[in-house]
Amino acid sequence: MTKQEALGKYLLRLADTNLILGQRLAEWCGTGPFLEEDLAMTNISLDLFGTAEALLKYACEVEGKGRTADELTFRRPEREFTNILLVEQPNVDFGATILRQLFVDAFDYYHYSELSKSSDPIIAGVAAKASKETTYHLRHSESWVIRLGDGTEESHQRMQNALNELWRFTDEQFEMNEVDAMLIEERIAVDLAPIKAKWLEKVIPVLSEATLQIPENTFMQRGGREGKHSEHFGFLLAEMHYIPRAYPDATW
Amino acid sequence: MVTTLDKEGIIEVLRSIPDPEIPVINIDELGILRDVILTGDHVEVVITPTYSGCPAMTQIESDIRAKLHEHGIDNIVVRMTYQPAWTTDWMSEEAKEKLRKYGISPPGRMHNAIVPLVVDSVVCPHCGSFQTAVVSEFGSTACKALYQCQDCKEPFDYFKSI
Repeated sequence: MTKQEALGKYLLRLADTNLILGQRLAEWCGTGPFLEEDLAMTNISLDLFGTAEALLKYACEVEGKGRTADELTFRRPEREFTNILLVEQPNVDFGATILRQLFVDAFDYYHYSELSKSSDPIIAGVAAKASKETTYHLRHSESWVIRLGDGTEESHQRMQNALNELWRFTDEQFEMNEVDAMLIEERIAVDLAPIKAKWLEKVIPVLSEATLQIPENTFMQRGGREGKHSEHFGFLLAEMHYIPRAYPDATW
Repeated sequence: MVTTLDKEGIIEVLRSIPDPEIPVINIDELGILRDVILTGDHVEVVITPTYSGCPAMTQIESDIRAKLHEHGIDNIVVRMTYQPAWTTDWMSEEAKEKLRKYGISPPGRMHNAIVPLVVDSVVCPHCGSFQTAVVSEFGSTACKALYQCQDCKEPFDYFKSI
């Protein structure tokens, strides 16, 4: 693998996680529990799409085959997406959505802050911008997880169910392979081991304040880095790809 | 048609383009317009998005093209940059006053360019009270949060400092 190929894979991986979580959050558009949260989730979705688009455009440049960000979004099959499995998990209810968001926001918060020092100026620029936006996302998800976890019997139970279901997808965020090894050496990518320590330091006290129990002996799920997805992903893509497949090459 | 505008003249023309979502301030006051590079009859306009996914960017790009066409400039490239990341600190005091009069509480100064993890104090644009409470961290657009004044009871938008 050349450095160029590693960079391409790295950009796609970062972009895909943003893109797919953006798509999941967009599913709340018009169906949020109340207007303010409907707006909040779709605003966060927009931030994620924006970050994804910037990374995809750069991935296209690096690839050098003349593909566009739209083609990468709408014309890749399932196995070519390398997002983490956590972000493709179904919304279920507002509690599960916001818990998934806490896991990703806390990761993004520490990750982008480090990545903004990347030796690659484009990655550093996108990360610096996303880093500021993520702070608002984290403020939002953190306060909701505490409020709902330490809330009514019903809200607590739903949050606990969500934690039992989603905890097994959290470790994949910190997975590294030969792509990372190559790019960390060039100071383009960030070592995720120290990010994991910071993430745990942030997330565990929030869950504890929310009176939630982290499930024990969890078998951590993985596979996204190699394009191996959960059964929910095909349905997500079917919806996301429907219009461009029904009307190929349609323009505004 | 041939233009006789210099760089300053072009910037002045672009200052007549309002932000599509907050029409009381223009794209220069908001800090979206970053630079104009004039090479012969070729004009490169550099813009930056407020938020990564700002849906107004396409509109702003077409507004820039249309406005420059009116002044006889056809050889245009609009380039988008992410660096340096947009900050509300680029907004002038004058622009912030325009926001306040429009009913939007303007952003406060950033400290060390870091967005704080705790909620900042926000002034009511209607009565000037500091007794305000956040209703939602996300408002009608990505750049705003929704607040309510505890004194005059008016709900209002707060332009988040970022």
